[in-house]
Amino acid sequence: MQTSNEVNPHSHQHHHNGHTHEHQQDYPKEPQRPTREQLAHINGWGADLDHKNRPAVPMERKPPRFIPPPVDRLPQQPENVEVLVSTERPGITPIFGTAQPPSGLSGMMRRVAFRWAENDLRHWLLLLAADRVNVVEGVAEDLAKGKVPNVLGEMGIKAEWQHNKAGLVKKAFIAGAVVGTLAYLMRDRERR
Amino acid sequence: MLAMNYRGPYRVRADHKPDPVIEHPGDAIVRVLRSCICGSDLHLYHGMVPDTRVGHTFGHEFVGEVVDIGSGVQNLKVGDRVLVPFNLFCGSCFFCERELYGNCHNTNAQATAVGGIYGYSHTAGGYDGGQAEYVRVPMADVGPYVIPDDIHIEDAVLLTDAVPTGYQAAEMGDIAEGDTVVVFGAGPVGIFAAKSAWLMGAGRVIVVDEVEYRLEFVKRFAQCEVVNFREVNDMAEHIKKMTDWMGADVTIDCVGGDAAGSIAQTLTGRLMKMQAGASTVLHWAINSVRKGGNVSIVGVYGPTFNAVPIGNALNKGLTLRMNQASVKRHLPRLIEHIRAGRLNPKEIITHRIPLEEVADAYHIFSSKLDECIKPVLIPPSAREVTAVKASAQQ
Repeated sequence: MQTSNEVNPHSHQHHHNGHTHEHQQDYPKEPQRPTREQLAHINGWGADLDHKNRPAVPMERKPPRFIPPPVDRLPQQPENVEVLVSTERPGITPIFGTAQPPSGLSGMMRRVAFRWAENDLRHWLLLLAADRVNVVEGVAEDLAKGKVPNVLGEMGIKAEWQHNKAGLVKKAFIAGAVVGTLAYLMRDRERR
Repeated sequence: MLAMNYRGPYRVRADHKPDPVIEHPGDAIVRVLRSCICGSDLHLYHGMVPDTRVGHTFGHEFVGEVVDIGSGVQNLKVGDRVLVPFNLFCGSCFFCERELYGNCHNTNAQATAVGGIYGYSHTAGGYDGGQAEYVRVPMADVGPYVIPDDIHIEDAVLLTDAVPTGYQAAEMGDIAEGDTVVVFGAGPVGIFAAKSAWLMGAGRVIVVDEVEYRLEFVKRFAQCEVVNFREVNDMAEHIKKMTDWMGADVTIDCVGGDAAGSIAQTLTGRLMKMQAGASTVLHWAINSVRKGGNVSIVGVYGPTFNAVPIGNALNKGLTLRMNQASVKRHLPRLIEHIRAGRLNPKEIITHRIPLEEVADAYHIFSSKLDECIKPVLIPPSAREVTAVKASAQQ
């Protein structure tokens, strides 16, 4: 494929032969712009050249378009599950998500995380740690239901086999080598 | 119902979950007809977004049919086919009153820095998303947009995020006639940012990526120049060579925290999670733009911090603009572009995959297998309807 990785016509390479450089002033003072005629083949070129055609310019605009008129107070959604609320808010929002309420050890960690503001790094780091604990809880939950998770299937091994057989074989070889090396080292250690 | 189910980094599956219910008078329940996997879903899939809980259903790009409405819904009725903007917004808060629909203050209890987003972790509100057969759609009078009869359902699903985000990325670049615009990332958003740059009168559009088949596609689809960053010595130096040593007038980051191209950034941002993702592209965007130029950011980064050359931005007098797209304000104009043939979103769809095979769909998209650009998931119930309609027509 022809790309613009090779630069012409104004390609400029430094030739550090002694102290000789090309001269910056030999290059155009202003960027070179194509004419409208040169751009005429581009489908739709300039349709929104006029800023009036750009729907998000200016960025803030009142009154709002395309939605019903704003109201003073929205109906409050009832709280039927535990929802963690940012300390940077005065209270819960009128509308909120109720999926996957906090539970288990990861839920305890998330509750602690929400004692800190979003501005505090500890808030996010603890949430990331809770996410990893939650993964283990997910496997345990599957096993408790009598379901052995098909981890390779969940990672898309079928697609990998279909579209990247060589990559899959390489990954399997590397994984085998790592596991084999670890097993050998552990056996060696036990012998000592 | 059948729904995508997150089990941990790089692990998802299709599972049966309880159907969603009306929880607020403004809610609707939508039966999903098509949902996409977005590049930003991959940040969740890779375990980079804090508070992504096991059991969560992703999906913020979906269209469907209204099957139930709450007592307060007046503008939608059962049977309407709607496209649902990826942002949840109330229409009444300080920010919605200013058309900042991507920054609503009333739909995400768990964070103030981000508005509510369907299926995008609890950091974005804890709403299950549209990679499912059914989805709860709050504030149904405000967000959803009834799909006009002449707009194809696959064009509509791309109007929920990828097209308006790409368009707004170009818009935030404040492109003037003849400007040189560099778009980093040849994924769906980058492709539409490149197309939109031409609509706004750019003189040159250059797209940068490392994936050859994507560069080939965008070069043809968006009639632009392309650069493979793996084949150049230094990205900023190369852009300057291409622009008479001035730098681009506008640079656009359509990649975010999953960027490749810098060992140090990849190590600290993606692997060790010491930053909120790898800020390689933002670094390039700042250093490749000319003095006094504009940098537009729509690539997604996490909530903590990133190492970027902010001193260079100061010394060069740059304007940095960034936001989540306010999807709804763009829809009328973007539909005009589709009707006029200036935009043809559905042409970027490369894979139509049953929802049951969601694990393979994520892997194909994440690993860029089979020349994937945009995968669309089709729930079993949507396939049944299509089959019934087809047999009725025979």
